[in-house]
Amino acid sequence: MLTKRIIPCLDIKDGRTVKGTNFVQLRDAGDPVELAALYASQGADELVFLDITATHERRKTLSELVSKVARQVNIPFTVGGGISSVDDVYLLLQNGADKISVNTAAVKNPALVGELAKEFGSQCVVLAIDTRQEGDGEWYVYLTGGRTKTDLKCIDWAKQAVDAGAGEILLTSMNHDGTKSGFALSITRQLATQLPVPVIASGGGGTMQHFADVFNEAAADAALAASVFHFKEIGIPELKKFLADKNIPVRK
Amino acid sequence: MSTAIVKYNAGNIQSVLFAMERIGAPAMVTDDPELIRKADKVIFPGVGEASSAMKYLRERNLDEVLRSLKQPVLGICLGMQLMCRHSEEGDTACLGLFDTMVRKFDQGLKTPQIGWNQAASVKGKLFEGLTGSPYFYFVHSYYAGLCDETVAVTEYGINFSSALQKDNFYGVQFHPEKSAEAGQRLLQNFLNL
Repeated sequence: MLTKRIIPCLDIKDGRTVKGTNFVQLRDAGDPVELAALYASQGADELVFLDITATHERRKTLSELVSKVARQVNIPFTVGGGISSVDDVYLLLQNGADKISVNTAAVKNPALVGELAKEFGSQCVVLAIDTRQEGDGEWYVYLTGGRTKTDLKCIDWAKQAVDAGAGEILLTSMNHDGTKSGFALSITRQLATQLPVPVIASGGGGTMQHFADVFNEAAADAALAASVFHFKEIGIPELKKFLADKNIPVRK
Repeated sequence: MSTAIVKYNAGNIQSVLFAMERIGAPAMVTDDPELIRKADKVIFPGVGEASSAMKYLRERNLDEVLRSLKQPVLGICLGMQLMCRHSEEGDTACLGLFDTMVRKFDQGLKTPQIGWNQAASVKGKLFEGLTGSPYFYFVHSYYAGLCDETVAVTEYGINFSSALQKDNFYGVQFHPEKSAEAGQRLLQNFLNL
């Protein structure tokens, strides 16, 4: 049986992890390669690297990092952040990334997802959506790291992108991100049950029960979190055991 | 010991190369028939589309080269599918090394299948030391049906061949180069053949 995936997310700036971690066993807590290898050894199913570098050096530093990760880490990983062209993606895949995620650029250039899927295959094109539920009860798509609201509804955009060739959706609820109060079950469930591709839920995971809920109640295919793993509030081996005890299929 | 990774118009070759480096067995990536024939082991990787991949192989006579090999050959993902008889993807006649057909997953399933799944009923030296039903990482929309050459079975909607073997030819649907320790062990087992 296909298992549910647990995915730690590493925020990267200038080739270093941004948010702190408290892994005492790391020689250099800011080294994404070392952290990635540690998560892989603990049983993480995949990794996501989200690059927020804003300098002119970004393409070079990011592709160097991707190459280092690909050499050392024996599980799949996705790279996202600022990707806006076929050339950007080619460089990252050539250096060993398994998948890339696009967000703002895919909304601004609606042909992008289709071009990437045609060039590299849907299996490596992840559409990242930052969404917020507004007062009218609807979930809207936000761009540029959550700073820019659009009139696009989350479900409509997701369907459109999947039709164009997106192979997976990484869904982040801005209402829940950083709250540790649980994942956004309603919108995750809507996407996970209506789309013919896997949905990764992100934002709000604070306890092991939250992960069980997003798999059982929202039918998510994978769950992503950052700080609860970085600060060891939840250990990946314990989380896997907790989920397995609840009969949720996970890789042991 | 030399290992050749067959270079053609399919992705993920870099990942396979890195995985070989991690287990201390650097490989060469080549489409030179002589180097492929002379290698002790041959890996035929691939993420891509069946008809364009077969066309590329035929144009360079690599299809005949692959069929004629006597040393252990490991097909990975699309590589394994191309070693079967025929693929529904682009209605493609393949290499015919394994006597089975490649079909598309049913509409009702999420495709591609992305993630970790178990290989059950594993047989043979490729799986030595991998007891029970080990987990491997899969990314695919097409699958090879069960046949006499099936040496591992995985369930996704139906049961399909997650590994095949006939004589010196081996194929795995999953990605050992991305399958953590289990994948490393499988690659090591292949090198030990």
